Amino acid sequence: MASKVIHALYIDDDVLMDAVKKVKTEHYHIEEIYTPFPVHGLDKVMGLPHTRLAITAFLYGCVGLTVAITMMNYIMIEDWPQDIGGKPSFSFIENMPAFVPIMFELTVFFAAHLMVITFYMRSKLWPFKKAENPDVRTTDDHFLMEISAGNHDIDQLTSFLGDTGAVEIKVIEKDEDNH
Amino acid sequence: MYTLSNRLKLFSVILMVLGAVGLISGFLSTPGSIEEVKEKMAAHGAHGGGHGAATSDANAHGNESHGDEAHGGDEHYEHVLHQLQNKPWASLYVASFFFFMIALGVLAFYAIQFAAQAGWSPVLFRIMEAITAYLVPGGIIMFVILALSGFHINHLFVWADPEVVEHDKLIQGKSGWLNGTGFIIRAAIFLSGWLLYRHFAVKFSRKQDEDSTGNKWYKKSFKISAGFLVFFIYTESMMSWDWIMSFDPHWFSTLFGWYVFASLFVSGITVIALITIYLKSKGYLEFVNNSHIHDLAKFMFGISIFWTYLWFSQFMLIWYSNIPEEVTYFITRIDDYKLPFFGMLVMNFIFPLLVLMNSDFKRMNWFVVMAGVVILCGHYVDIFNMVMPATVGESWFIGISEISAVLLFAGLFLFVVFNALTKAPLLAKGNPFIEESKHFHY
Repeated sequence: MASKVIHALYIDDDVLMDAVKKVKTEHYHIEEIYTPFPVHGLDKVMGLPHTRLAITAFLYGCVGLTVAITMMNYIMIEDWPQDIGGKPSFSFIENMPAFVPIMFELTVFFAAHLMVITFYMRSKLWPFKKAENPDVRTTDDHFLMEISAGNHDIDQLTSFLGDTGAVEIKVIEKDEDNH
Repeated sequence: MYTLSNRLKLFSVILMVLGAVGLISGFLSTPGSIEEVKEKMAAHGAHGGGHGAATSDANAHGNESHGDEAHGGDEHYEHVLHQLQNKPWASLYVASFFFFMIALGVLAFYAIQFAAQAGWSPVLFRIMEAITAYLVPGGIIMFVILALSGFHINHLFVWADPEVVEHDKLIQGKSGWLNGTGFIIRAAIFLSGWLLYRHFAVKFSRKQDEDSTGNKWYKKSFKISAGFLVFFIYTESMMSWDWIMSFDPHWFSTLFGWYVFASLFVSGITVIALITIYLKSKGYLEFVNNSHIHDLAKFMFGISIFWTYLWFSQFMLIWYSNIPEEVTYFITRIDDYKLPFFGMLVMNFIFPLLVLMNSDFKRMNWFVVMAGVVILCGHYVDIFNMVMPATVGESWFIGISEISAVLLFAGLFLFVVFNALTKAPLLAKGNPFIEESKHFHY
């Protein structure tokens, strides 16, 4: 079964922001917005929830710290506590300062890399992924708002979008399984 | 315009009086002779049966020197006598330096805001200017204490004692730098440079309010700020050798200047945040929003970590190589000051790290205040750890003289700062970045 979406193109981010506000007050459902660059405050007017990426990074950092501590405690203290240059390898805490650079780096390493991978997975980005670009101009100088037509009157919706400053409005038939 | 409330005035006067009384009693209760020290220690030992490690340590010391009475048993008591006589002086010095360095840190921050043409901070300039007003009385007090110590009125600096220097080849070698006259001249140069910048920066900022055509005064502020920052980084470094590192004249560390800088910088920024939050809560700063607080809290967070980085870099390099003449510095601190030495790491690093990491928490006033109070206490302990081991050694205690010295200077600081706030409107309206700053949003 096919559903209809409306593509409204804008050429200015300020106009786009105003349009989003108007669309929101009219309670139309915005499926997606494509912009060539980050538009500050767009997520806020769209009402998108905050990202939780920073929280995952903190947790990954904790994992990295744990890995570093467990690894060095096992290798340097428990498995083979050699006397290397008179460093006190009797307990972890006595030799701790020597381990701090590694503890720090592994914390950062885990936090950074795992967070980036999380980002790729959550935003479904990978090499050879097919680009989901409804209109090539959106990567250059156009802004595109995709609104689901749903049960709305399409003529009324398009004229409303025309009033918000859209320079081009298209009605698109979309296959459900495409999504 | 801000008006100083009578309650605040009374509060700061009470702090000063309490502090002065406590400090005088601290000076009066120092033992005058070896006999008094013996009595004191005996009394301490007698009732200290269940007192724990500290007293048993003192007992052990006592017994040890009893056994060795024949050869120089009194030497130990003389040592303790000097330490106890130093105690009120050292606590005066620590508190005086601590509040002075807050004002100095704010001055450096202020100059950086100008030199960097920061767009967020101009609404806070009048607060920073008011905090740096403490440089004048604080600097004079520092100078007097330094002059007294540099010419051996008290025993704070061992290198100032001609008898000690006579038998100490190492200090003799450094006497070209470490001598009373040079010490005082350098202090005068540092202080006058800082005070001059402060005077003109404030003057230009007020002039800019009256006449902002062509930003003539603003450009002057920009230039002197850039010049001051160059002057500051040299003099701050030398100040840290003179005023702090020379307590241990046998020891030296190359990143010490940076380390002291990080400490004074983060304390200064914390005080800006605390005073801003206070004034905002009283309704004086309607143009300050929680994004400004958020930025200050970010600085508190970042510079706290910077401080830790320097602390650890200094500690770890010395611990790792373990060269005897360097490592004694940390051995005395770990042996005799275990709790303050590692406690300050918790207060200055772990606590702000965990509390100020969350972006939402940095916008909440009570969170910033809580973190700020802990950071300030932590940096007091930091200065305490730098000064006390060389002046009072294992006879340290955070008691009446330490607390009263802090109260005395806290009262003076509050009085001077809030009095200075009444001198000018709280918004630097002539600043070219003021509109941007008023609408700053992060």
